[in-house]
Amino acid sequence: MNVKHFMEDRLLVFEITEELDHHNVEIIRRRADYEIQRFMPKRVVFDFNRVVFMDSAGIGFVIRKIQNSQQSWRKIGNDKGKRKLKKSFRNVRNFENDSDC
Amino acid sequence: MEKQLKNEMKIEFLSKSANEAFARIAVASFASQLDPTIEEIADIKTAVSEAVTNSIIHGYSNGDGIVKVKARLYENEIEIEISDTGSGIENVKEAREPLYTTKGNLERSGMGFTIMENFMDDLSVESIVGLGTKIVMTKKIKKEVTTY
Repeated sequence: MNVKHFMEDRLLVFEITEELDHHNVEIIRRRADYEIQRFMPKRVVFDFNRVVFMDSAGIGFVIRKIQNSQQSWRKIGNDKGKRKLKKSFRNVRNFENDSDC
Repeated sequence: MEKQLKNEMKIEFLSKSANEAFARIAVASFASQLDPTIEEIADIKTAVSEAVTNSIIHGYSNGDGIVKVKARLYENEIEIEISDTGSGIENVKEAREPLYTTKGNLERSGMGFTIMENFMDDLSVESIVGLGTKIVMTKKIKKEVTTY
């Protein structure tokens, strides 16, 4: 697992690569929480474009970050994450409205 | 007609989260003997990851234990059995509900069993509280017929 981050203006970007499972989520979560506290950015972007594997732990991570962003007005950009979420949630009613995602 | 066993493997490892990747890659490599598509391999890897993670987080509550993985190959099907001797599941029916989780504070999505059910063709869960849990899932590998 490789997580890189960079700060530009008040935008903090995390580039996540390879596999996003329960083991790696713990590492990323700690790292992200630490860097967000350190930089206090206006916006945070999690870039999942280079993630090649994601299970429900990764989905839980994304959901929690979305919930946090709604609370703190941060935004998350993750088009690839949305597609994976949609496949995983296909059994859950009312998820088709992916504008909520 | 009885299914003809083509190959079988067993692995055991400590309930360390670092072994989740090892388990799914080992099973995916083994399954590749059936010449699955990339999507089928991805489905198998995800389902194995979910089951192993459940054993580590819920079965052993991140403590010490052994997770066992068996895989059997048939003509066009893989059967995967993942078991632990952890705490077991009190209510399997409830645990299989989408979004159900007992560890919401740990950023769990409660989608583990739903993903296993959706990504595999068949899933059975046997669990006894205090003795452990055994998950058996099968996936048909649909071979494409190429005509020239």
